[in-house]
Amino acid sequence: MMEKQYETVIGLEVHVELASATKIFCGCSTKFGGAPNTHTCPVCTGMPGSLPVLNRQVVEYALALGLAANCGINQHCRFDRKNYFYPDNPQNYQISQLYVPICHDGWLMVDTSVGPKKIRIHEMHMEEDAGKLIHDEWEDCSLVDYNRSGVPLVEIVSEPDMRSAEEVIAYLEKLRMICQYLGVSDCKLQEGSMRADVNLSVREVGSDKLGTRTEMKNLNSFKAIARAIDGERARQIELLEEGRSVVQETRRWDDNKEYSYAMRSKEDAKDYRYFPDPDLPSVYIDDEWISRVKKAQPEMQPEKAARYQKDYGLSEYDAKQLTQSRHLAELFEKTADLCGNPKKAANWFLGETLRLLKERGLEEEEVEFSPEHLAALIVSVEKGEVNNQGAKEVFEKIFDEDVEPMAYIEAHGLKISQSAGEAKAVVDKILAANADAVEKYKNGEEKVLGFLVGQIMKEMKGKCNPGQMKELIISKVK
Amino acid sequence: MAEHKISDEVMANTELLAKLALTDEEREKSRQEMEKILGYVDKLNELDTEGVEPLISLFPVENVFREDKVVNGDMRDELVDLAPRKKDGQYLVPKTVE
Repeated sequence: MMEKQYETVIGLEVHVELASATKIFCGCSTKFGGAPNTHTCPVCTGMPGSLPVLNRQVVEYALALGLAANCGINQHCRFDRKNYFYPDNPQNYQISQLYVPICHDGWLMVDTSVGPKKIRIHEMHMEEDAGKLIHDEWEDCSLVDYNRSGVPLVEIVSEPDMRSAEEVIAYLEKLRMICQYLGVSDCKLQEGSMRADVNLSVREVGSDKLGTRTEMKNLNSFKAIARAIDGERARQIELLEEGRSVVQETRRWDDNKEYSYAMRSKEDAKDYRYFPDPDLPSVYIDDEWISRVKKAQPEMQPEKAARYQKDYGLSEYDAKQLTQSRHLAELFEKTADLCGNPKKAANWFLGETLRLLKERGLEEEEVEFSPEHLAALIVSVEKGEVNNQGAKEVFEKIFDEDVEPMAYIEAHGLKISQSAGEAKAVVDKILAANADAVEKYKNGEEKVLGFLVGQIMKEMKGKCNPGQMKELIISKVK
Repeated sequence: MAEHKISDEVMANTELLAKLALTDEEREKSRQEMEKILGYVDKLNELDTEGVEPLISLFPVENVFREDKVVNGDMRDELVDLAPRKKDGQYLVPKTVE
């Protein structure tokens, strides 16, 4: 019998924490990392009689994200209560949007190894985040911190259009890039400001019927997501091969054990007893609001990359690499404009900056050097004041500590000697000591020139410009 | 009007979701009340709503917003004080972490 071929069908529910200063329904700070419960008030702790009032900025961000993801906008939308009983949720309901979400029917074009693919977005809605539970071993109880309760989220629900971990990651990267370009979220998976739940089912290749899906939670890195997808695919196929069936349930991925565990059988929507929130008036987004948000949209990655090719003369590949992070792209642009040499600036970003990012284990957003400093270094290299090796050393200091390059070059003896007299004396000395090499050069052996330059560099401990030395030798020997 | 019968299973699940523990007597009373509610919904469903836009809100107002400014300070002690059990500025609740 021929072995059955299976196809993986994946849809994602992605939560992004919005970058607003305050929570969605109250004036508490959203700052990450405060002492437990210091960013709470009667609203976000669900006190009786408290009244939520919607943060305008949240609507603004959700709208910007929806428009950037080609969504239709429900100009009249409202909030609903999703009822469930769990202590991370002090009201016993989460304020969310079910019946009329703010955005619907969008799509993103993502890059895969076999070319671009369109991933459809079913809908996007605004909702509030829940608090955090920590187990207390001593009391054998749970401790609740409501700082995160009420932090605004947008949940982006895709259609089941993805077929592999690669497509899932490409989609998430695209979504993250759009959020970061718009400034609506910093999308840090480790800090939980971007979270993805993976809905996955398998079916025989050729079938157009969807299999029973499971939902996987607790995925906090792209690598964990990729491993969880491969693991869950294998688990479901094994069940089907054994003639058993997949149970629709929520599973928690344990990345250390590389296995997922059933958490609870998936509630039906009806179990949440959604109903319109009577505390919150509806939202009406008029045409003027939409066009204002559209107009305020910053230059996005594709336009930025096209401009880099046109204005800076960069290759398509380099332009694309440079624009993956808006933050780095802006640093690059400032550097390029300040030093007047976009190609050299691009090389520093594509080479040393990316290398150091990886080596230091940093996110692009964490790079904080002044573009003025890198620009000054580039100018200095061009003037022949510092050699490439020295420049790399200086750049590392700029990257780590944002040092002022000229002062650093002076202080660490990296400056190429500008004293013509000193250089001439050394050249004379080297030429006299290598008379046979000079003879060879005169007889047309061009390559000994390199040897002579090397000798001079060695004598001057690298503090000279090889190009100038070469010219000096030629002028002397003639 | 169709008669509605709510099964024991549905009653049990509803109790579970509402975190209620009803006596047999209370359960029968609730069952009868809920069956009546379903009958009422049937009556509403008789109305022809073809071409009528769904009602988004009953409020006569819309777009009530706050500006995105932090106005709340640290109210931890006042709030946590209200809880029956607390520890180190946090609320202590029965074990929930799986």
